[in-house]
Amino acid sequence: MTVDRSRLPEPGPTRRFVFPSIEKSVLPSGLRVWTVRHTAIPVLTLMLLVRRGAADDPPGKEGLAAISVDMLDEGSGERSAIEIHEGLARLGAQLDSDIGSDASLLTVTALSRFAGPALSLFADMVARPTLSEADFERVRQLRLHRLTQLRDMPGAVADRAFVKLLYGEHPYGHTPLGSERSLGSMSVDDVRQFHRAMIRPAEATLVVSGDCEHADIERLAAAAFDGWDGSSTGALPVMTTLPRPGRLNVIARPGAPQSELRIGHVAVPRNTPDYHALVAANMVLGGQFVSRINLNLREEKGFTYGARTSFDFRRLPGPFALQVSVHTAATAEAIDQSLQEIASIRGSRPVTTDELALGVAALTRGYARSFETAEQVARAATQIALYDLPDNYFAEFVPKVEGVTVEDVTRVAAEHLDPSRLTTLIVGDYDTIAGGLAHLNLGEAVVLSPDTF
Amino acid sequence: MNIAYSKHTLANGLDVLVHEDRSCPIVAVNLWYHVGSKNETPGRTGFAHLFEHLMFEGSQHHDKGFFPPLQGAGASLNGSTNADRTNYWEVVPSNALELALWMESDRMGFLLPALTEAKFSNQRDVVLNERRQNYENRPYGLAPMAMLAALFPPDHPYHWTTIGEIADLNAAKLEDVRAFFSRYYHPANASLAIAGDIAAADALSLARAYFEDIEPGPAVAPVRPADAVLSGDTRLLLEDRVELPRVYVAWMTPAMFADDDAELDLAADILANGKTSRLYKRLVYDERIATDVSAAQNSREIAGFVQVAATAAPGHTLAELERAIVLEIERLAAEGPTADEIARGLVQAEAQFMFRLQTIGGFGGKSDQLNAYNTFIGDPDFFTRDLTRYQRVTRESLRQAVARHLTTAGRVALSIVPRGRTVLAMPDSSPAQVS
Repeated sequence: MTVDRSRLPEPGPTRRFVFPSIEKSVLPSGLRVWTVRHTAIPVLTLMLLVRRGAADDPPGKEGLAAISVDMLDEGSGERSAIEIHEGLARLGAQLDSDIGSDASLLTVTALSRFAGPALSLFADMVARPTLSEADFERVRQLRLHRLTQLRDMPGAVADRAFVKLLYGEHPYGHTPLGSERSLGSMSVDDVRQFHRAMIRPAEATLVVSGDCEHADIERLAAAAFDGWDGSSTGALPVMTTLPRPGRLNVIARPGAPQSELRIGHVAVPRNTPDYHALVAANMVLGGQFVSRINLNLREEKGFTYGARTSFDFRRLPGPFALQVSVHTAATAEAIDQSLQEIASIRGSRPVTTDELALGVAALTRGYARSFETAEQVARAATQIALYDLPDNYFAEFVPKVEGVTVEDVTRVAAEHLDPSRLTTLIVGDYDTIAGGLAHLNLGEAVVLSPDTF
Repeated sequence: MNIAYSKHTLANGLDVLVHEDRSCPIVAVNLWYHVGSKNETPGRTGFAHLFEHLMFEGSQHHDKGFFPPLQGAGASLNGSTNADRTNYWEVVPSNALELALWMESDRMGFLLPALTEAKFSNQRDVVLNERRQNYENRPYGLAPMAMLAALFPPDHPYHWTTIGEIADLNAAKLEDVRAFFSRYYHPANASLAIAGDIAAADALSLARAYFEDIEPGPAVAPVRPADAVLSGDTRLLLEDRVELPRVYVAWMTPAMFADDDAELDLAADILANGKTSRLYKRLVYDERIATDVSAAQNSREIAGFVQVAATAAPGHTLAELERAIVLEIERLAAEGPTADEIARGLVQAEAQFMFRLQTIGGFGGKSDQLNAYNTFIGDPDFFTRDLTRYQRVTRESLRQAVARHLTTAGRVALSIVPRGRTVLAMPDSSPAQVS
């Protein structure tokens, strides 16, 4: 075989990927039990999705959902926290928790031969946590220390301040960790109350992915979660009037070698009919290495190690945001270039057929890569559970994205990106960059104190 | 558990490893060059990593970005450089394997004709940004520079970090890039693994077609510095933009796969991996004098080091933390681990091996593992024996390894404290020189 280096080889016909089917049942408690067969490696992933998260933190108790879920592994029944973890270690199991605005997710991945004991330990943590005063004090203290340390991390400072700018007092206006003040005002009773009111089977889905039979898992789950019942109380958050933040905001970090930037505004919810077109638009704008913004700021200008944009699709409208860390001297120009890129994709420089084809191809041709491990498969299934997506959602994703046109992208960009509402936040060396910022025509910079977040 | 594979060495010296896994319609291409920052010299640091960036900027027959055609075909891809090796990988839909091989072979065989001063100076800027973002502007980010510089003598290839010194990056010249490529980036210094949804025979014939005509380069002699010996107790201090002080303690230890490497890996887990570990239990859970603690045996090709790090809770000094760390290590060296600790360590080691086999590609997947074993010990078929190294660890062998290596006779302790609060550092520490 001779190699032709005058042109790149064309990919052959696509081998279609079919998402494995989800077997479903519901226990009398309302707990949904879903299993997905995934037999490549003798590893099993258990995930529990509860459709309550940081947005369900009561006002003044920001961080309650996260600390409540964090405390599930701090002892159960007769077992101390250490004993729970010794139990997990004997199964070769890894435990993770993930708290978002809309949901909480607890994950255990273990060797398949330990499916029974892993599920039993998992259920003990979820349904029968000890939630003792002493453990609460220790965990709260660790979280307060974490908050202290995050004050040194420009990216974390920016993330926290940015959601506050965009959402103010709305339930999306804080990060899951909460603040020093809100953690300080909490008691273990708040955690017990949150567990009793929110971590309930009628709001939960257990997803198990691996080399397992649905009937076995259903039987094991029914036994392990026996006695756990009830449904969540309290209404889900709704949209309220949001603040109108200043266009240009600065948190001073004297001597910082780089400026951490966030540029964005509140955009759209997960159930927008424009979902697929927006995902495609974002790929071209800032969703991949070869996106307009990364190529501009990194590959042309050398301002940064990398820049990216994202729409955070949630139950209620989530943020659109550009995230980048740029060399201090390049701050004003990086902002100017970013604003121009966001504005121009709305029509003055619409996506080209080639750009869109590249973005769509990246999303669709590599789709199978997202379902390689048991954990990836389980996580995908939790998306269906969280947002009530149809079971054929994964089968339809590729054709729907392939159906997005250049006109669709321009239309959704014009509709959902509003340059006049874009808020810019800089965490950086204000004294050095102030002069350059004056030429951006974004008005006077609002200097924020990091202590207010 | 083993990974079925075949290995062929092409006439130009390139090793080709193939593994079939038809469970998902994707294929991993993983290419290791046996060169890293250990092949650099003082005054010329940061070069291997800067070079890795240039590998994404186009080659003779595709003199533009490396990403667009591959991402357009649905690939994910990346590369990384460490002290011992540089790796590049793509995970592509099965139908785009040939494209990935075309691209990898073009930059192996034909990079220099497309190299320009403009690309070079742009990527140097990107790397300087990477250094600012991940080291200079990150709390405790300069710790690796200070620790490696104190652990290894100035002429030892582990004395510097992979990101390199700013002055060296600024002094790098295009001609250095050319010389570096000719010396290290050729088939005889590389290992190619292809894993996934492809017939082994087809994968091998494609690899032959794309790589067989690339000229072999000069043999690369192994880097063999004189054994570094750490004597005495080195105490260093860095002031940083941090709220809470942190202590790092490190000892020189055996290299990857050498005697005691598995023992020390398990010892590090027993000391600080998870809530059941001795240091977590003592420092964070019971005494609450630390907010976090970690430990690792950093096994590298020439030598290793065990490093323990802990961050002080407000109101506590690093001297308190260090005392508790030393006591726990002395206890492990005297009494050894419990039978239960060993049993748990073994199940966890087995699980970690299994978790790494879940993916065909990327960092740490099956193709990366095959290349690691092939590059470092010349035998891709090392999975079972690697796990056996752990299964053979006994309470006594672990105790002896700790007693032998984690001693106060030779160690480095670094205090990182908030600016102006040197009083929080361990006593008798002198300022570390980092740039």
